[in-house]
Amino acid sequence: MPTPPLLALHGVCKRFGVVEVLTDIELEIHAGQVVALLGDNGAGKSTLVKVISGVAPADKGAIEWEGRTVQIRRPHDARDLGIATVYQDLALCGNLDVVGNLFLGREIRRFGFLDEMEMERRTRHLLERLTRGIPDLRAPVVSLSSGQRQTVAIARSLLGDPRVLLLDEPTAALGFEQTSEVLDLVDRLRDRGLGVLLISHNMGDIKALADRAAVLRLGRNNGFFDVNTASQEQIISSVTGATENVPRRMASQEAGW
Amino acid sequence: MVKGMHNMADKTQAEPTAPDAETRQPHRGRAVARAVEDGVTHFRHRLSAGELGSLPVVLVLAAVWIIFQSLNENFLSPRNLSNLSVDIVGTGLIAVGIVFVLLIGELDLSVGSISGLAAAVFAVLNVNNGVPEWLALIIAVLAGTAAGTVQGYSCAKTRVPAFVVTLAGLLTWNGIMLYILGTSGTVNLDENGLVAKLTSYYFTNDGAAYGLAAVGAGTVFLVSYQDMRRREAAGMPHRSLQGIAVRTGVLAVIAFVTAFVLNRFQGLPLALLIFLVVVAGLDIVLRRTHYGRQVYALGGSVEAARRASLSVTRVQTAVLAVSGTMAAVGGLFLASRITSVSQGSGSGVLLLNAIAAAVIGGTSLFGGRGTTWSAVLGILIIQSIASGMAITDTPTAVQFIITGGVLFAAVLIDSLSRRSQEAHGRA
Ligand SMILES: Nc1ncnc2c1ncn2[C@@H]1O[C@H](COP(=O)(O)OP(=O)(O)OP(=O)(O)O)[C@@H](O)[C@H]1O
Ligand SMILES: [Mg+2]
Repeated sequence: MPTPPLLALHGVCKRFGVVEVLTDIELEIHAGQVVALLGDNGAGKSTLVKVISGVAPADKGAIEWEGRTVQIRRPHDARDLGIATVYQDLALCGNLDVVGNLFLGREIRRFGFLDEMEMERRTRHLLERLTRGIPDLRAPVVSLSSGQRQTVAIARSLLGDPRVLLLDEPTAALGFEQTSEVLDLVDRLRDRGLGVLLISHNMGDIKALADRAAVLRLGRNNGFFDVNTASQEQIISSVTGATENVPRRMASQEAGW
Repeated sequence: MVKGMHNMADKTQAEPTAPDAETRQPHRGRAVARAVEDGVTHFRHRLSAGELGSLPVVLVLAAVWIIFQSLNENFLSPRNLSNLSVDIVGTGLIAVGIVFVLLIGELDLSVGSISGLAAAVFAVLNVNNGVPEWLALIIAVLAGTAAGTVQGYSCAKTRVPAFVVTLAGLLTWNGIMLYILGTSGTVNLDENGLVAKLTSYYFTNDGAAYGLAAVGAGTVFLVSYQDMRRREAAGMPHRSLQGIAVRTGVLAVIAFVTAFVLNRFQGLPLALLIFLVVVAGLDIVLRRTHYGRQVYALGGSVEAARRASLSVTRVQTAVLAVSGTMAAVGGLFLASRITSVSQGSGSGVLLLNAIAAAVIGGTSLFGGRGTTWSAVLGILIIQSIASGMAITDTPTAVQFIITGGVLFAAVLIDSLSRRSQEAHGRA
């Protein structure tokens, strides 16, 4: 019997008021795999990330963790499972410094007080793995460049040794060199057995890095692809809607993986 | 990026480098010069990042003192300064609570009413019903805590901004106060009682004030020194010993001069001692504990805090509970100063002064920036203006206008530094 996926979504629906943003979403993330999540602007990619991370819990549908049904009702639940997220808007506290943001909600304490030195040491250690030019760790995050902020958000997601990483356009604000540093890192994390969900509009990066691709269109699944065998044109036409949503065939394709 | 590395380099350079054969300066001179240079770079860095710190506030305070001293030479007399140090305590404690609320980006309009309510609870329990002073005192403070908790929980659950909920609170608590005071109107407190002593007791022994100054400066030095040693051992960037010495030195000078002046009058006032201990204690809570970090996080971004698994409801409730508690404690000090509680307790400009003090002292109205010490600096400026006006027989109207001007300037600096910080980030 094959090992169940780390994380699986079945029939997930999410509505904001009267708008149904996600309808009957299916998704699987396996350990040691990078799944690219593709879709046009407004397709519902970020909303799906928020569903999984507990920020905007699903209205309907089931979420399975290693084959067992779990409830993700708030960010805490996702964190306890080992799901870490880099949000599209980064979700940093601008007034806190880099160290404060990294350890927000899981501060290291010493005699009951914050152990700033230890947190700073680990922050430095973590950032050194990610980038060569480390920002001033004690500067408030608003005063950093958007690329530096993105690096901070990525570093934060790695802090608790997560098992599933959700990356919502993690390289959008990064320069050429930093982008390849982050992609290298994702590659290494995959080798270490993490499951990664990567949202990106860059087909080149996806081709180079992802194992599988899932396409969303207007809040519904619109195709699953094995990135190594599917052509770039096939994937793009699914994103743009040239290939229509065929739920039945998709489900059988999913089972074949 | 360059800025960050530059700053790190500054910090690491603080370690002694190989003696330079060219410079024939004595070693100590060089060390001090380096410490000053360190400080200047650090300051310039903060300036460019839009963090002016407390410097403008200290300058304004100095200006106020110089102006009033030139108008009336009794202004800086030990007697007047000592009275000033007691007068700031009541409103100052309330302002400390306001700092907490401003830090999460909210506003508490009920603190005046809560302070009056607490004073009335104490007076009615103790004077009219014979409850022992200590018990009445505890119940009065807990009444403030309860009022704040109710308001905080309502804000968090209904997601209505705190200023609306506390506006309702302002009326409600004031109504309850009038109700429990009944028709009697004014209650006079025991002149020799515990609450009266809060603002009338002085440690006449010179050792008390000097001892406090020494303990304060010594603790700051030891803590910074320990931190430096620990960072040094771990190979982390750290302050230089000279830097720490200069900082503690400045602090010690201020502390000992204050102690000297206080001893020239009646010694260390109990009220000032309590005020300083509370402010220092809450400063540690805010900046060195998990709870405090959550408060700042909420002021930075509620959504980010929520996504980091923080319990927004709990923190908001706790913050308004703190502000209610501090309002009650401040109200008891205000009642102590005049040894009476009346229907007018906690009304008038008290609320505005408490909020103005926090903002003038440098706590941001936009949330997320400020410390409890800003309440001390702010109330010092407001009370200095009030005292200077009284001493020079200036009409209250002028006092309001000037305090308003200072408040406006503070808000202006706040919004400018916020904008410069954001511009800095975009660059
Ligand atoms: N809080 C909300 N309330 C109402 N509608 C929302 C909310 N959040 C998202 N939506 C709507 O849901 C749809 C999907 O948004 P989402 O941010 O998930 O898209 P996306 O695929 O991430 O797009 P992009 O590529 O631009 O990031 C959009 O139409 C958006 O307007
Ligand atoms: Mg998005």
